[in-house]
Amino acid sequence: MKTANPKRPHARFAAMCLLLLMLAAPPGWSATLFVTNERGNTVTVLDSNTLKTIKTIPTGQRPRGVVASPDGKWVYVCVGDSNRIDVIEVAKLAVTRTLPSGADPELLALSNDGSRVYIANEDNSQVTVLEAMTGKVLAQIPVGSEPEGMRVSPDNQITVATSEGSSLVHFIDNKTLKLVATVLVGARPRVATFTTDGRYVWASSEVGGTVSVIDGRTHQVVQTISFEIPGMRAEFIQPVDIVMSKDGSQAFIALGPANHVAVVDTKTYKVSDYIVVGQRPWHMALSPDGSKLYSVNGFTNDVTVVDTKSLKPEVSVNVGRLPWGIAVVP
Amino acid sequence: MRRRIATISATLFASALAAAGSAAPVTKPASKQANKPAASSAAKSNDVVTHYAYLGKAYREPAPLSLLKPAVFPDEGLAGVRLGTNYNNQAGKFLGLKYVLDETMVPEDGDVVAAAKKLLAAGEHLIIADLKAPDLLAVADLPEAKNAIILNIRARDDVLRQTQCRVDVFHLMPSDAMLTDALAQYLVWKKWTRWFLVRGQHPADVEYANDITRSAKLYGAKIVAERAYELQTGARRVDTGYQEIQTQMPMLTRGVSDYDVAFVADETNSFGVYLQYRTTDPRPVVGTDGLEATAWGAAYESYAAETLHDDFLKLANREITVRDYEGWLAASLLEMAVKQGSARNVDAIRKYISADSLKLAGYKGESMNFRSWDNQLRQPILLMDQLSLVSVSPQPGFLHPVYNTDTLGIDQPQSQCKFSK
Repeated sequence: MKTANPKRPHARFAAMCLLLLMLAAPPGWSATLFVTNERGNTVTVLDSNTLKTIKTIPTGQRPRGVVASPDGKWVYVCVGDSNRIDVIEVAKLAVTRTLPSGADPELLALSNDGSRVYIANEDNSQVTVLEAMTGKVLAQIPVGSEPEGMRVSPDNQITVATSEGSSLVHFIDNKTLKLVATVLVGARPRVATFTTDGRYVWASSEVGGTVSVIDGRTHQVVQTISFEIPGMRAEFIQPVDIVMSKDGSQAFIALGPANHVAVVDTKTYKVSDYIVVGQRPWHMALSPDGSKLYSVNGFTNDVTVVDTKSLKPEVSVNVGRLPWGIAVVP
Repeated sequence: MRRRIATISATLFASALAAAGSAAPVTKPASKQANKPAASSAAKSNDVVTHYAYLGKAYREPAPLSLLKPAVFPDEGLAGVRLGTNYNNQAGKFLGLKYVLDETMVPEDGDVVAAAKKLLAAGEHLIIADLKAPDLLAVADLPEAKNAIILNIRARDDVLRQTQCRVDVFHLMPSDAMLTDALAQYLVWKKWTRWFLVRGQHPADVEYANDITRSAKLYGAKIVAERAYELQTGARRVDTGYQEIQTQMPMLTRGVSDYDVAFVADETNSFGVYLQYRTTDPRPVVGTDGLEATAWGAAYESYAAETLHDDFLKLANREITVRDYEGWLAASLLEMAVKQGSARNVDAIRKYISADSLKLAGYKGESMNFRSWDNQLRQPILLMDQLSLVSVSPQPGFLHPVYNTDTLGIDQPQSQCKFSK
């Protein structure tokens, strides 16, 4: 083999390899994205590097809430109209087991060790707690009407559940599996999530148009965040999902029919930006390193990739019909 | 268990009441209600209890033409209020709030005004009225009702939002003008702008036909012909009746110059359902039959509406109707004022529900509030056939400087409503 620099062939080879590597995997990480398609009764699996669909997995009827297990082996999907949880085995990209969920599961959360599933039963006004591997029901906790948002605290001690119909956020003690507090927020709360330090719970009120910040210790609403987008009618600004940035300094809030994601400083509660995404973004997720935000847009049947540093939308890729939720497996 | 955060202190509340002066209280600490078994049986001692009333009448209704529609649901409207009250109490039990529904159904030959007087004398100042327009006005005009809040869940008459508007009557049910505008926008969007108006003889049919004409002018559609259906309504559901109808409907609709849709005004359900597939020219039917504009329908499923349908079916063992929906919404509105607005008397509730900042949720994909000039609830209107949702108005491109929903019905500049204090 002839080379331009016969003295240092290995260096050149190494440089070429590095170049190829950079082209193939620019971010230095890769992930698999699982997007539920509410009307398609499928989960679209995307490769985070190519943003191409790897597989479309058939599920039960009306897949909505979706989470990945901490070990990345399982993806749990609420299939509400089939009244169960479909569990996708990530290695096989197929539903290999199901869990009983109680009536009409909409959203779910996993304990931090992946051993427990907390499910909002939309049609039944309760939260069902299951053992993730066996499906054994540990508790059924009565809450307000149309429970939806579910999230476990970073220290695993508390689970928060929203009740959309009753405009409440419930705090559940994960040891006793009983309610410890209930907090009134704006109309139709969809999602409640913890700040990265676990101190505060942010709850979105879809029809109220606001996000309430609740102190996790006192259970008082300490801040109510409103949104204003020039040219957008107030009644179309409908906050749904809330995702905290990796470093916890920013919150990303999907505004539904306003077709934007708001960026809010978690210290000052000021809205710093509104990012244009597809139509009716509801749920979102971060890439493993936090550099990308994926927004799932129901009306345009796509997922928008947002760079979290520049806060610019980069690209939108098609998924299935009426996409709803997303889980990211590193 | 930690103390609930939003629980309202009964003691604080009692002093607030004393400070409220003449404002009629609608909520009372449960402990003061010991002589009222309905309130005290389930309420905890520190709960704040809100009373409201349903007032309906068993009007004589014509039997529907379709066998699929039962002649009367005796609990229509009321069942929706009951469901709303169940929801209210479900949230209330976490917040120390309790809601008591007092039901009054006046028989067909009964006296609505006497029933209303009785309610008002008993301190019921929040009245969900499932009444036709004359009864609604008679109740609203009672001197005793001066400080009441009356929520109209039934009457669509435009006049109640115009010259006969009343400051204490809030209309949850959309007006006829809103419904014909909702249809008109869709037809214009489809470019189906040549309408053949077919109406019945009933005064309500004439009113609805006037609304169709008004909507046509507003949106640039043309009424190419107008005809009245003059045959007497015969026996309904007669065996082999179809042969007669098969010849009647072509007679009614022949010789009309080219039109896009037959727009039917048949408020009493005496012939409209027979137009489809039987017109001389093959044209779709819209209006009170065929493609209908409505605030609610059992086939509507968006924005979690299915939850309401499921819960309603469990409670009432039948499909939900538009009056049931409005009844549910009325109970929900009162709860919102008490829960979100911390309103504890009639004046505070009126202030809360009249405010532009009201964000009432009704499974319509946007928050709703009342028009200040006529107390009509702004709301998207569904366009439905018997089995599915066809569209929701306002249609894309029909814009309004403040609320797009104000493109439906009587807008402020056209309003003839003058509230007298």
